[in-house]
Amino acid sequence: MKLRKAGIATVSVLALALTATACGDDKKEGGSGSEGGGKSIKIGIKFDQPGIGQKTPDGFAGFDVDVATFVAKELGYSEDQIEFVQTPSADRENALKNGDVEFIAASYSINDEREKLVDFAGPYLLAHQDLLVKADSDIAEGTDLNGKKLCSVAGSTSAQNVKKEIAPKAQLQERGTYSECLEGLAGGSIDALTTDDSILAGYAAQDQYKGKFKLAGLKLSNENYGIGVKEGNKDLKDKINKALEKMVADGAWEEAVKKNLGPAGYKNEPAPKIGVIVK
Amino acid sequence: MFDFLEGYDLLGAFWTTVQLTVFSGIIALVWGTILAGMRVSPVPLMRGFGTAYVNVVRNIPLTVIIVFCSLGLAEIFGITLGAPNDFKLQGFRLAVLGLSAYTAAFVCEALRSGINTVPIGQAEAARAIGLNFRQVLTLVVLPQAFRSVVGPLANVLIALTKNTTVAAAIGVAEAGLLMKEIVETEAQLYATAAIIALGFVILTLPTGLFLGWIGKRVAVKR
Repeated sequence: MKLRKAGIATVSVLALALTATACGDDKKEGGSGSEGGGKSIKIGIKFDQPGIGQKTPDGFAGFDVDVATFVAKELGYSEDQIEFVQTPSADRENALKNGDVEFIAASYSINDEREKLVDFAGPYLLAHQDLLVKADSDIAEGTDLNGKKLCSVAGSTSAQNVKKEIAPKAQLQERGTYSECLEGLAGGSIDALTTDDSILAGYAAQDQYKGKFKLAGLKLSNENYGIGVKEGNKDLKDKINKALEKMVADGAWEEAVKKNLGPAGYKNEPAPKIGVIVK
Repeated sequence: MFDFLEGYDLLGAFWTTVQLTVFSGIIALVWGTILAGMRVSPVPLMRGFGTAYVNVVRNIPLTVIIVFCSLGLAEIFGITLGAPNDFKLQGFRLAVLGLSAYTAAFVCEALRSGINTVPIGQAEAARAIGLNFRQVLTLVVLPQAFRSVVGPLANVLIALTKNTTVAAAIGVAEAGLLMKEIVETEAQLYATAAIIALGFVILTLPTGLFLGWIGKRVAVKR
């Protein structure tokens, strides 16, 4: 009898909780899409990628941050109306779906699986998987990576690429963060750190590593960074695309690339055309 | 609905989980028993070591221990457990080392509570017929102690099974890492999490039920 009472209580609590969330969702949907005014805008970025999106003692810095700021300005928000929210890789789709953020610029590669769940504006940067090696390393174009010791972040797209396609026989050390890989690279226990060249450039440009590492310049994959918006929000997508076109046209794009990724000798691809995805 | 799983070695990943559990479980059981013996031994130095080990190791987060095994032992001290050039094998062995070192502390404490359930008269009688400490422990006390702690040890084993996911932090290709990989590419957060959770329930539920049944059968009736 007691059990049944507990059961009924649980069910009613659950039902309440569900209806409550449903209400919340409705409200959020009503609020999104409105522009400018006194309202703030929430933008999803990464907090832990130097050169791309990083939380610093005095705010946020990185290429994604600059792009997001430019786009937000074009949408009619001033700089102090922007609220940056951390969106780790696994959370990005849900953050958009739930309306937690208006759009996401977080080294977000456009791929088929993701396009089923969210819409992408852009791309705004064409990155490639590449290697970061010691400045005096002889790993260069055309090197066979099988038998080399590589390091990447556990579970990341780059690590999976290595295992499946690029070099299934290479020794792949998977670690929790890129910083841990950098320790190994500096200490000589691994030959190269591999992930998107834009991210690598950001790490190599950090003050403590300046001059120690270089990019090998291999184009191992194509990663089209796009700005994720909620599925079906065509209005916002078009506006962001216009903003991105303007950013490239007036030179702010080139400037942001040079500022954030330049110090490591990163040779960026020309700004990608909106809607053109390089496979 | 689950066609996004195509191309992922779900069974292989769970097989690695099982291997991690079995190897770490056996080593932890042996090492934990030795530690428990130390903690009840008449030699102060051994008692001190056992107490210190348990209190230090069980209070360090497992992630820290596992990452230390990889970054500290392998990277800095060059302890690669016989696999300096094979990161896969090296990671697996280091994970087994970390998991068993950590789990042994819990095995030791479970076993020590079992030793406390053996009436003091048993040990006294054994001493009176001339058995030394090792004989008292292995012939009289431990066999009875083990029979009373099958339940608590089953808890430790289930916790160990789930703790193996921490090995993903150093790239061991077990179920936890596979979950990270699927979530990264497939954008199917909830379905993936549910499948991995179900896998673990399938592994741990029978373990718990079986060991619970064994525990009831072998319990010492007092």
